[in-house]
Amino acid sequence: MQVRNHHDLWSGIMFMAFGLLFMVFSRQYQMGTAAKMGPGYFPTVLGGLLFVLGLAIGATAYSKGNREAKLAPFGWRENGLVLLSVLIFAGALGPLGIVISIVLLVFVAAAASHEFSVRDTTLAAIFLLILSYLVFVKGLELQFPVWPKFLTK
Amino acid sequence: MEQLLSNLALGFGTAATPDNLLYCFVGVVLGTLIGVLPGIGPLATIAMLLPATYKMTDPTSALIMLAGIYYGAQYGGSTTAILVNLPGESSSVVTTLDGYQMARRGRAGAALSIAAIGSFFAGTVATFLLAAFAPPLAEVAFKFGPAEYFSLMVLGLIAAVVLAHGSIWKALAMVVLGLLLGMIGTDVNSGVARFSFDVPELSDGIEFAVVAMGMFGFAEIILNLEQKEHREVFTSKVGRLLPTLAEFKRAVPAMLRGTTLGSLLGILPGGGAVLASFSTYAMEKKLSKNPGEFGKGAIEGVAGPEAANNAGAQTSFIPMLTLGIPTTPVLALMVAAMMIHNIQPGPQVMTSNPKLFWGLIASMWIGNLFLVVLNLPLIGVWIKLLTVPYRVLYPAILVFCCIGAYSLNNNVFDVFMTVPFAILGYIFKKLECEPAPLLLGFVLGKLMEEYLRRAMTISRGDPMVFVTRPLSATLLGLAAVMLVIVFLPAIAKKREEAFSGDD
Repeated sequence: MQVRNHHDLWSGIMFMAFGLLFMVFSRQYQMGTAAKMGPGYFPTVLGGLLFVLGLAIGATAYSKGNREAKLAPFGWRENGLVLLSVLIFAGALGPLGIVISIVLLVFVAAAASHEFSVRDTTLAAIFLLILSYLVFVKGLELQFPVWPKFLTK
Repeated sequence: MEQLLSNLALGFGTAATPDNLLYCFVGVVLGTLIGVLPGIGPLATIAMLLPATYKMTDPTSALIMLAGIYYGAQYGGSTTAILVNLPGESSSVVTTLDGYQMARRGRAGAALSIAAIGSFFAGTVATFLLAAFAPPLAEVAFKFGPAEYFSLMVLGLIAAVVLAHGSIWKALAMVVLGLLLGMIGTDVNSGVARFSFDVPELSDGIEFAVVAMGMFGFAEIILNLEQKEHREVFTSKVGRLLPTLAEFKRAVPAMLRGTTLGSLLGILPGGGAVLASFSTYAMEKKLSKNPGEFGKGAIEGVAGPEAANNAGAQTSFIPMLTLGIPTTPVLALMVAAMMIHNIQPGPQVMTSNPKLFWGLIASMWIGNLFLVVLNLPLIGVWIKLLTVPYRVLYPAILVFCCIGAYSLNNNVFDVFMTVPFAILGYIFKKLECEPAPLLLGFVLGKLMEEYLRRAMTISRGDPMVFVTRPLSATLLGLAAVMLVIVFLPAIAKKREEAFSGDD
């Protein structure tokens, strides 16, 4: 048994895992009957279906007719920096306000690019600050903390 | 016919108020902008702007603007395809094939104007189709009971699976996963908060915009960064904008065919603009007397697909407006926008909110007019925009998405939630699982469960209700036929061909 298509194998495993998870968590909800379905009924059925589909997809990974495919490497740097920048923004918005949050977001995210340039990023950050302030704070009057908490007190 | 005219008059009356004209204008300009820029699509943009529409008092204006973004993006996408050989929008992938070659031969101007004219023509036809076919379809929808709605959703999801790229099995699994993710949150019947793990924010369910931003916005950015692409803009000579008479003569029949095929495919769930442009390109190549020219700058290869994607973008509103069922993720966001304003999408919208319904349709024609009038003179501006490097662009996209996510509920929880969905979206792409079917499943999950429950309660637990009711049986039959057809070897091969080149 040779794995020909690693994409199919891993997506199969992923779907099976999701199906199983939803079935297990659905156990705490009432099933009910077909005529009077409880909150656990539909998710359990779907979870089972997903598990079976995952099994079928995973099995095709071994099929001789399938084309060969290897997994592409996971982009740790790109994923890490971009998502970190989003997390920082979310964490900083409340205590530090939107101005500082945007600056942090822009710089951390921009560092993920292979063409990172401090000058361009600074210009972009300034432009985005002005634009966001005018459009979101002034124009649309969305509710944000603008400046850090310790300054506005 | 008279009815149609008076309806359209009402629509134009609504759409032509100064306010709505402005929103339509803003929508199409924004749409063109993000259409021109590769790496950001209408889905992420509409998700970002959804919170901004909370403030609008009139839901009609909000929908007019959001719709403008959607079809405006189809116009903008072709500009990038022709000038940079990069699809600005997924539906303009095929335009890169011949459009860019025309640009290299100094005919960029002709390619751009043919694309614009083709889109406008298709938009006009599709607007009328929408106006003509929506009312009778809504009539049918009034006969629907819970069983029919459930079967209709099955049909819609199956169609989305069949028309998705790549493996059908994976697409099926993605739909089911989407349905399951849609279950998260409070169950309306029992009041139980499902899969919320005692997180209060999760008991309201996950925001659709958050899922869309994570999977389409952020995951896309990460993937683009990995590719380390370099862009070459073909800006030096756009050339004469007017096509020659010979070019025009070749383009017109292609536009007509593209409009027809595009309008038909647009109605199908999951199809929309992307499938329309691909199939039209394949058809044009087959019909052409000299297929060897395709890929080397055949004007039919620009005119047909561009007409088709715009027609498809517009007719895809038909099932949403009449049945209340979104057929693409973008339309699912429109549904969300309607619900924000307490309008339950469905056949009753036409009678309960005729101004909204007809105003939206009329605005599409006005928007198309804006686009064709604006776009050709503004080509220079769009070209400038294309020279903005990606390293500056994507942090801006991130900023707008984060602000958009926060504004959904004025809560950073929604910003945090985009991260797991971005990771999921990234993994899906790496494993060649198309995320669009998941989004559709996600939107329809709770509705589908609700209709299933009601239908089964009425039938006292007898599942035969879905096949004994003729309308429901027909819908399920159609779904089954689609599945069978797609597994026939000959069709399976064709399907692969239709989607090849897109990646």
